[in-house]
Amino acid sequence: MKNIDAKGHVTGRSVYVDDIPTLQGTVYGLPFGSPVAHGKIKEVDYSKALNFPGVVKILTYQDIKGENQIGGIFPDEELFAEKEVHFQGQPIALILAESDHIAYQARKLIEIEIEEQEPIVDPRIAQQKGQLIFPPRTFQLGKIDDVWQKCAHVFEGRADSNGQEHLYIETQGAYAIPLENGNIKISSSTQGPTAVQRTAASVLGVGMHRIEVDVVRLGGGFGGKEDQATPWGVMAALGVQVINRPVKLILNRMDDMKMTGKRHPYSSDYKIGLSEDLKILAYEATFYQNAGAAADLSPAVMERTLFHATNSYFVPNVKATAYSCKTNLPPNTAFRGFGGPQGMYVMESAIAHAASELNVPKHRIQKKNLLKDGDEFPYGQIAEDVGLHQIWSDVDSKFDIEQVHKRIERFNDEHHDVKKGYSLQPVTFGISFTKTPMNQARALVHIYSDGTVGVSTGAVEMGQGVNTKMLQIAAQMFSIDPAKVKLESTNTTRVANTSPSAASATSDLNGKALQNACKELIKRLKRSAAQHFKVELEDIALKDGWVVRRGVATTMTWEQLVDKAFLERVCLTENGHYATPVINFDKSIEKGHPFAYHVHGVALTEVTVDCIRGSYEFDSVKIVHDFGQTMNPSVDYGQIEGGLVQGIGWMTMEEVSYDPDGRLASNTLSTYKIPDIYSVPKEIIIEAMETEGSEMAILKSKAVGEPPLMYGLGAYFAIDYAVKAFNPNFNSTFDAPFTNEKVLMALYSNKE
Amino acid sequence: MRSFILNDEKIDCHLPSGTLLLDFVRYHKALKGTKIGCREGDCGACTVLIGDLVDGQMKYQNVTSCLTPIGNVYGKHVVSVEGLNMEDLTPVQQFMVDESGTQCGFCTVGFVVSLSGYCLSNSAPNYNDAIASIDGNICRCTGYKSIERATRKITNALQNKDTEHTVNWLVEHKFIPDYFLDIPKRIEALNPVEEKITKAVLIGGGTDLYVQKHDQLVDKEVGLVAHQNSLRYITAENGVCTIGGGTTVTDLLESELFNSYFSNLSDHIKLVSSSPIRNISTIAGNFVNASPIGDFTAFFLALNAKITLSENENERTIFLKDFYKGYKDLDKSKEEILTSISFVIPSSNSQFNLEKISKRIHLDIASVNSAISIAITNNTIETIHISAGGVGPIPSYLHRTVAFLKGKTITAENIKQANKVLQSEIQPISDVRGTETYKRLLLRQLFYAHFIKLFPDQISLKALI
Repeated sequence: MKNIDAKGHVTGRSVYVDDIPTLQGTVYGLPFGSPVAHGKIKEVDYSKALNFPGVVKILTYQDIKGENQIGGIFPDEELFAEKEVHFQGQPIALILAESDHIAYQARKLIEIEIEEQEPIVDPRIAQQKGQLIFPPRTFQLGKIDDVWQKCAHVFEGRADSNGQEHLYIETQGAYAIPLENGNIKISSSTQGPTAVQRTAASVLGVGMHRIEVDVVRLGGGFGGKEDQATPWGVMAALGVQVINRPVKLILNRMDDMKMTGKRHPYSSDYKIGLSEDLKILAYEATFYQNAGAAADLSPAVMERTLFHATNSYFVPNVKATAYSCKTNLPPNTAFRGFGGPQGMYVMESAIAHAASELNVPKHRIQKKNLLKDGDEFPYGQIAEDVGLHQIWSDVDSKFDIEQVHKRIERFNDEHHDVKKGYSLQPVTFGISFTKTPMNQARALVHIYSDGTVGVSTGAVEMGQGVNTKMLQIAAQMFSIDPAKVKLESTNTTRVANTSPSAASATSDLNGKALQNACKELIKRLKRSAAQHFKVELEDIALKDGWVVRRGVATTMTWEQLVDKAFLERVCLTENGHYATPVINFDKSIEKGHPFAYHVHGVALTEVTVDCIRGSYEFDSVKIVHDFGQTMNPSVDYGQIEGGLVQGIGWMTMEEVSYDPDGRLASNTLSTYKIPDIYSVPKEIIIEAMETEGSEMAILKSKAVGEPPLMYGLGAYFAIDYAVKAFNPNFNSTFDAPFTNEKVLMALYSNKE
Repeated sequence: MRSFILNDEKIDCHLPSGTLLLDFVRYHKALKGTKIGCREGDCGACTVLIGDLVDGQMKYQNVTSCLTPIGNVYGKHVVSVEGLNMEDLTPVQQFMVDESGTQCGFCTVGFVVSLSGYCLSNSAPNYNDAIASIDGNICRCTGYKSIERATRKITNALQNKDTEHTVNWLVEHKFIPDYFLDIPKRIEALNPVEEKITKAVLIGGGTDLYVQKHDQLVDKEVGLVAHQNSLRYITAENGVCTIGGGTTVTDLLESELFNSYFSNLSDHIKLVSSSPIRNISTIAGNFVNASPIGDFTAFFLALNAKITLSENENERTIFLKDFYKGYKDLDKSKEEILTSISFVIPSSNSQFNLEKISKRIHLDIASVNSAISIAITNNTIETIHISAGGVGPIPSYLHRTVAFLKGKTITAENIKQANKVLQSEIQPISDVRGTETYKRLLLRQLFYAHFIKLFPDQISLKALI
């Protein structure tokens, strides 16, 4: 089934927040943010702005009746700064005006005096100064201290990966309208409707029942709207509370880039020990996570870095420590992969380092150490259904790794000004929210008396196709024409207390809840049919819109059955609930079974580097991926292609750049570049390793949202290979992204 | 009368001419298919088509409506996605659906509009051109592969297009609604009067001013200098080529004259911005914008071009290289308009090259760019002009390097020596587009690249480094 939204998308009829028809009297909100990264607010003079014609009101912390607090994990982030500012762009006030144009003009008239303090932008400096978001954590396996001396080879080094701007094409936004009795409805572009609801309630000083959050769809999220859609929805709601008029707040691109957090930059140290035959015996890593000015989701992101510190490899002795460092950048946040990619990058760097020193192809070390069933992860979970060896051999049989190596070596011998490189990139990614209580979902299903079906879940559609999958599930369960099923918006009054659409787990959690709801409804309908046909419930089946009795079609249609049940006063509405079984994690010992299952795959990347100019093109990326049994190939393959390209972007051209004083330099689309159609690999081949799939996955179709991003890591190491072919004196610095600038500098470093 | 046609509707416009087409379409007319992604022409979510009546036929181009003043569409046909929609999906839309070319959908309309614009072009279908039509559309979800597959199918579906009667063929094959058939007549009937250029802020294509000064323009009357036929021409006379100040980049690309002078013109121009921007941005605007990194400034500096500045009846002509006095400081009074650009048509023994490297190779501002024109006689350099952008406060004409190389032979040693001269006359600074060290190295490499590319038998990278 194609994405059910596709027709709306290609005709421009799909509705996003800013497309909702505005009500009469709507005012436009524009946040006023701190001009500096760190300082004490001495004085803010709003008088000129307030006098500007068309300005209705300027909201500050003084207008807040509840708590001036939006921190999700820790209460460490104000909605509006009161006395201090901790990052450039930190909201201080919200201008409400009759038009957005008026608001922009008024914003320039606000005068602010700030006593500047020295900002910290480097996480290592923050750690040295004791500026941590929360205490460090360490995952351990084996006895690492005893092992180093047994290693034939030990290498140490440093690896840095930069941030990444989400660059959802639809910027953050919300539209809040007053309802009666002080109730407020917020239409929000959020991955986490409940977070918006909960936070709005506590800021406004009202119960959650007063706040309704509705989400039709997002113009892209990628994690950037998991936690950081919240302030804008809350501000709009606050505006409604204060002036009792509808408030629309859509960030412009520059404000969005400046005011919201990104993927966490990490600076890390690694130490890797190998045996004579290239077995990794020990791995130690210390991660300095650049959390930004507040916790946001950093603790959870940091945790996933630790979970994925050894990526797809079994290492018997591991010590991985992470520090969440408080700096004066916007609070960094969720981004597809959620800390996992950053952890894996360090492991891959360590292996690349070892391979380079030992003069063996990197993939020999990778292959030698691939996980297999029964291996223990550093967090205590035992690996099951690991398809990695199979996947690797599939890659080899389909694409012939040795042949690729030879072909590239030959090319490099024959060419001086252009060099090719390649890499293999295995990925192992754990599926589930690592915070166990979040692994629950609900779905509300109405069967209308005419046989059509309305489905509400906690899942937010943001392009990942979750609504299509939900619709498939309902139509399959009831065995009716998909046209009879409608996916409703995600709304907190229909499905409450939801987890955000994140962690690749949305389809699994909400799909299973939906299955539970459908199962219950089917049972009731079958009971009604069984009575009619005077048979047992087990004798009844629903097939292609008909009632089937003991395997034989009857004359009763789905519609007739529904109508009959309705007249019999059978409840045709059901709320399904699902909580992932088995999973657990004990933070006091950092051990447990946090993931329902893992997703695996391997990517083979080839690149060509122009050694005159330092630019490069990706010739191909060939992937073998463990889908389980994909329930929707067009959606799932799209996730692989899109995730891969996003990962390549992170590793290559996407360069978040802050000045030393904490001001974002890459604050527009002209200074922050994401892949365009010409910069994606010329060829992307995706082969499915169809496996049994996991019972924990919806219809055995494994989660697919985040894992493919990490195939993009291969881009870095393929370039590294090509650069070394031109300049053997180049010492890999492991400092992603590998921009054209870094490539050219590397090509000519220590050259003469 | 300030009139134009939006989709199937005639618009008599009473808004200030600086109002953005995007805001008009989206908020005044509530056509919400046109999206806002960046308001700086860098994402393509707001793409619409603008159709111009040329020699009795409509010529459609995709443009970014976020940078287009409404004054620039008077007398034209503006098409948003709503103007393409019919009861059934068009083939462009259907192939995007079939190939899963849409995920979150926010950028999708821009792709559909650009590809539909490609269908409307009066040229034979070709996959690479079709892809080029979406070079200004950014998608964050799909990784583009599905969009490439859709584009291939679209190109195939156009194989039998009658390019003599494009619109009729497209209507017949349900690519566009049939109201398109009457558009030429309706446009003609609008009978637009060319507006006199006022003393207000002058706008060419708007592709830079609306990025820099959005707030100061969107509710004002502006002076419209682009798309005025009197300023939009390319002529050659007495060995001199002259182009009008309102000439767009696409005009250059499509000019037979220009293509005859520069055999790799399309490769060079492909490095500059994107199709929807090139369709509206003017060469004069690129000069007056005074960016030290303007691609066309580099291009024309290497042709040692002259520019003519006019104020009412007064005209003066100066070399482009003398136009720049300091950072964003021009030898131009506030009232003067850059009305034309001229250069000596390159001789047959002359060669030209443009090099540019940016963070992203396409649709990006250069870290460093450089152009060269060079003519060799009897193995010695007879004439040479070299420019470089991004290595100083103004677009640089490399005077000393040029002087050094004149009369020299093409040898690796001479070029290496010339690089030393070059390095002494540039002052790059570290910024978001690169560090000073990088820009120096990069310009060296681009300078070398000129010679490696133009004189492959004499010069190799190996010999230079």
